[in-house]
Amino acid sequence: MTELSKSGAAVGEPTAASPAPSAFLEVRDLKVHFPTDDGLVKSVDGLTFQLEKGKTLGIVGESGSGKSVTSLGIMGLHTAGQYGKRKAQISGEIWLDGTELLSADPDHVRKLRGRQMAMIFQDPLSALHPYYTIGQQIVEAYRIHHDVDKKTAKRRAVEMLDRVGIPQPDKRVDNYPHEFSGGMRQRAMIAMSLVNNPELLIADEPTTALDVTVQAQILDLIRDLQKEFGSAVIIITHDLGVVAELADDLLVMYGGRCVERGPAEKVFYEPRHPYTWGLLGSMPRLDRDQQERLIPVKGSPPSLINVPSGCAFNPRCPYADVPKDNVTRTVRPELAEVGSKHWAACHMSQEQRERIWTEEIAPKL
Amino acid sequence: MLAYLIRRLFAAAVMLVVIIMVVFGIFFLVPKWAGVDIASSFVGKQADPAAVEAVRQKLGLSDPIYSQVWEFFKGIFTGRTYSGGGDVTHCSAPCFGYSFRSEQAIWPVLTDRFPVTLALALGAALLWLLFGLAAGVLSALKRGSLWDRGAMVVALAGVSLPVYFTGMIALAVFAFGLDWLDAQYVPLADSFTGWFGGLILPWITLAFLYAAMYARITRATMLEILGEDYIRTARAKGLREPVVIRKHAMRSTLTPILTMLGMDLGALIGGAILTESTFNLPGLGQAVLNAIKTQDLPVILGVTLITSLAVLIANLVVDVLYAVIDPRVRLA
Amino acid sequence: MSDKAKDEAVAIPAQSDGTTLTKDPAPGEVLLKVTGLQKHFPIKKGLLQRQVGAVHAVDGLDFEVRAGETLGVVGESGCGKSTMGRLITRLLEPTGGKVEFEGKDITHLGVGGMRPLRRDVQMIFQDPYSSLNPRHTIGTIIGAPFKLQGVEPEGGIKKEVQRLLSVVGLNPEHYNRYPHEFSGGQRQRIGIARALALNPKLVVADEPVSALDVSIQAQVVNLLDDLQQELGLTYVIIAHDLSVVRHVSDRIAVMYLGKIVELADRDLLYKTPMHPYTKALMSAVPIPDPARKSAKSERILLKGDVPSPISPPSGCRFHTRCWKATEICKTTEPPLLELRPGQQVACHHPENFEDQAPQDTVLLSDAKEAAELVSDEALAESAATSAAVAAEMGVSGAGDTETAESAEPETATEPAESETASESTKADAGSESAESETASESTKAEAGSESAEAEAGSESAESETASESTKAEAGSESAEAEAGSESAEPETASESTKAEAASESAEADAASESTEPEAAEAESTEAEAAESEPPAKEK
Repeated sequence: MTELSKSGAAVGEPTAASPAPSAFLEVRDLKVHFPTDDGLVKSVDGLTFQLEKGKTLGIVGESGSGKSVTSLGIMGLHTAGQYGKRKAQISGEIWLDGTELLSADPDHVRKLRGRQMAMIFQDPLSALHPYYTIGQQIVEAYRIHHDVDKKTAKRRAVEMLDRVGIPQPDKRVDNYPHEFSGGMRQRAMIAMSLVNNPELLIADEPTTALDVTVQAQILDLIRDLQKEFGSAVIIITHDLGVVAELADDLLVMYGGRCVERGPAEKVFYEPRHPYTWGLLGSMPRLDRDQQERLIPVKGSPPSLINVPSGCAFNPRCPYADVPKDNVTRTVRPELAEVGSKHWAACHMSQEQRERIWTEEIAPKL
Repeated sequence: MLAYLIRRLFAAAVMLVVIIMVVFGIFFLVPKWAGVDIASSFVGKQADPAAVEAVRQKLGLSDPIYSQVWEFFKGIFTGRTYSGGGDVTHCSAPCFGYSFRSEQAIWPVLTDRFPVTLALALGAALLWLLFGLAAGVLSALKRGSLWDRGAMVVALAGVSLPVYFTGMIALAVFAFGLDWLDAQYVPLADSFTGWFGGLILPWITLAFLYAAMYARITRATMLEILGEDYIRTARAKGLREPVVIRKHAMRSTLTPILTMLGMDLGALIGGAILTESTFNLPGLGQAVLNAIKTQDLPVILGVTLITSLAVLIANLVVDVLYAVIDPRVRLA
Repeated sequence: MSDKAKDEAVAIPAQSDGTTLTKDPAPGEVLLKVTGLQKHFPIKKGLLQRQVGAVHAVDGLDFEVRAGETLGVVGESGCGKSTMGRLITRLLEPTGGKVEFEGKDITHLGVGGMRPLRRDVQMIFQDPYSSLNPRHTIGTIIGAPFKLQGVEPEGGIKKEVQRLLSVVGLNPEHYNRYPHEFSGGQRQRIGIARALALNPKLVVADEPVSALDVSIQAQVVNLLDDLQQELGLTYVIIAHDLSVVRHVSDRIAVMYLGKIVELADRDLLYKTPMHPYTKALMSAVPIPDPARKSAKSERILLKGDVPSPISPPSGCRFHTRCWKATEICKTTEPPLLELRPGQQVACHHPENFEDQAPQDTVLLSDAKEAAELVSDEALAESAATSAAVAAEMGVSGAGDTETAESAEPETATEPAESETASESTKADAGSESAESETASESTKAEAGSESAEAEAGSESAESETASESTKAEAGSESAEAEAGSESAEPETASESTKAEAASESAEADAASESTEPEAAEAESTEAEAAESEPPAKEK
């Protein structure tokens, strides 16, 4: 462990221009673009955030908002194993524990993968190799980063399976993924990603493919494990309920950009972006007396090739005409601080937004 | 695993019996229904009725159908004695019929020619797997590159050019033009180098056709597999890319290829008619071609049965390999 | 099974008018009636394909759908809800049971026999990507039902299709476009337009919004809502998302392993779920409110996975995962009974209600394991609410001692565990709607002041007004453990033959008292202990 991070510092430090940040993970102006026949797909277009150890960041957005692309970008999975000419174009900076990943040696980043940063995927059935046993797959993950024999690694695998709550782990370790139920598979996936005690865990829609009662089990597990291991967690989901359960900070993405970021309480109780209002209003909630009608966001998510000019949300925003001079359609709003550690990217003035939220939106939720 | 194997074996045995019955039915009953007299076709066009009747009796053609099938079936295990009109012909133990045209039992013909075809098919398969897989994987990994495009053009040519065309060119260039090889089949027992030299051109010719198909399939499958979630997982673990390809992607890519291989090998072992004729190899394909020309039904029947048997065995092997590769199959 | 089911069906009040044969049912009349519906998918194996078992996808359903209402069906994957949808639209042939549409038995109608019915019953599918033929224009897709049914709408098919497009909020000029030119939400609108083409009476929607993004989901949910109001449609909406189902439905059926475990009016179901599974299912839904992060303890985590529908568990199918399961749950299948007007439940030991099998008190070992996953608050709360009902039964039911007895073991043991004093807002929500006046009032007291419930409880047994007075008394917040003494109270009220119960609950109080840090609370619980001790001594 220590050897790795030492060598990591040596590779990462000198290459980047800007100074290393103090935060454990800091992403600065990350852009991930994919060239296609129809044009450049700007999946992530300038994203900045920080995350400390022991904290959980929730990234929320609809399909195509760039949330999964961001996570793969941090893991360096856009460049690893890219064949052919159409390579993703990535720019910006990703600092993980003092190392800038985008300018670092790819083989060094590979060594960090699975060791310092690990990932849980949405669909555990397709994310596990159907031809290898659960044990073989965990053992492999462990032995990439630890020079131990298979026996020791298998003991570790059993231990991890036990930790994530798989009954009879010494027997189940020799099962194939298809012999596990959906919830068990996700537990195994979590065991595999945690086998090397990563400091950063990225969970990309970890419960979307699961039933609600199983989802509760898995969320509970992630929460407990985070407490136990003290790792930083990024949880990516479209479900506001899931982030509310886990996240300390929240980042709302729309059209490849962050539209609002802040402590979870702030974003839920004093949201300052019309898209966040839209998300909150579209969601039927179990904890409130039945809303008469949902308040949907009109239209559909933007194309990432032709992102609307100005504010990407303007065609769907009911308040697009509140700011003067058609500014929402011409100038792209930057993130501005609207409260302590709370940012939003909107042309409306603070007062206007506060008034709309308290008078028009909040009462209807 | 053992239960799976036993199940497959049992299924194969049942299948074989069914095949024998169906093949027998087609070859002996259909002409009857079509009004063609098999007996007279054996004797010749201007045969006298007595001779025809003798042949009919000898072959048991006037017996009821089920007893004909039974006699044939029994003959495979116990041998068979044809007797009719005072003329007695014995066909010993594995009797797959008796050709009255060439006056010999079928089984020796088959055993004589089978090794040639087998050597041709297996040797070619080895070659095409080697080159097809390699070219396919490389093309997939270098998608869109010059290599990829070049390989796929060659593959397209390979698929579309018939064996007799490529074979003739190969013969013309290497055997007659450059005089590197002797285009003559020599049995393995006589001389290894002669045998090898005689088969190398047929191997390459045949392999070219199949390698092209396999390369295309491999490329397509590999590209699909590389997009799978579990490949992403393997990378997320921090595996080196070559290991990801070898250990995770290749194993999955093999499954559809194995399925194809089973079918192709089975069909080829039954006789690579075009290749064998082009290179004048004394294999099953050539035998069946001659038999068709002379309407030698027992030979056709024998070869057909061998072909079915070969396909069955090849598929059985493939099924077992499949189960080794894919654990999900074992449970099904 | 089916005999029993029929008996129950008769017991349902609304069922009685289900037999009337009308062509156009007025709102509230039974449109679709399902009795003992079963679908088993055979599992075949080996060369001869002999049947070695069956997937009991749907295993005896009884319900009806009334004209103009929305019946929501929820359950986890594999509970048979989608199969049920395909059975009632007769896309599948039932293995057993009966499906009646407008009083007509359609259970075994052939393709020809179903054709006229296809006009009246339409289906909306989950995946808007695979359910539309990519080679047809949307004009052709939406117009297809007219051609199939040989109906010529007024003004021609094209005009009608364009009208439908505008009804579902799409541009009528897009008549000639292909499905791939539309987004997911728009495709789902196309699917809805197709379903509406023939002006159906019943629309069965299988996960109509689960493939859509949140903001789009809301659009489609609202559209379904509007269409129902405008066209007087009847919906059966099948979904796994409890919040969506709650939003759209009038009544809700909760399915587990091929059976309906609870079928109730929406508000009853969400406020006072009776089946433990319903309760667990609802508590599992993540609430988009970060303040609840700390209140994780309310959640009921279920043990393990849903068992295989090939060999479902004996008795109550939920018994392998239920924290309340006793021997009877293993041996006897609980019937779906209407325990309360508008709420049918199949459970021996329902939540928020009187125990149906009070004599059976020993928990199964599985249940004990399961209970470990259930937070103490949740257990205490459930004990409190059922005790409240039991209390009411004890008072109104003229000394129903058995009920009281059954309530006792739970309440006596569980509150003792609930030492943590975190306030449970959910408990309030849950118990607020408890049926009787006594119960609701006493629990309101709980809600209002979170105070010494034992007093409230025991006093309310004596008089209704007494419980109200405790509101004023309420001084400090205290653990729900006090609820325990509520259960003791019916005994004191009734003949007090089961005095041990009371003394046990007094012990429970004592236990909670000892862990209570605050002096004020300690005082109040001491007071309870004192108050509930006398009955024990009386013995």
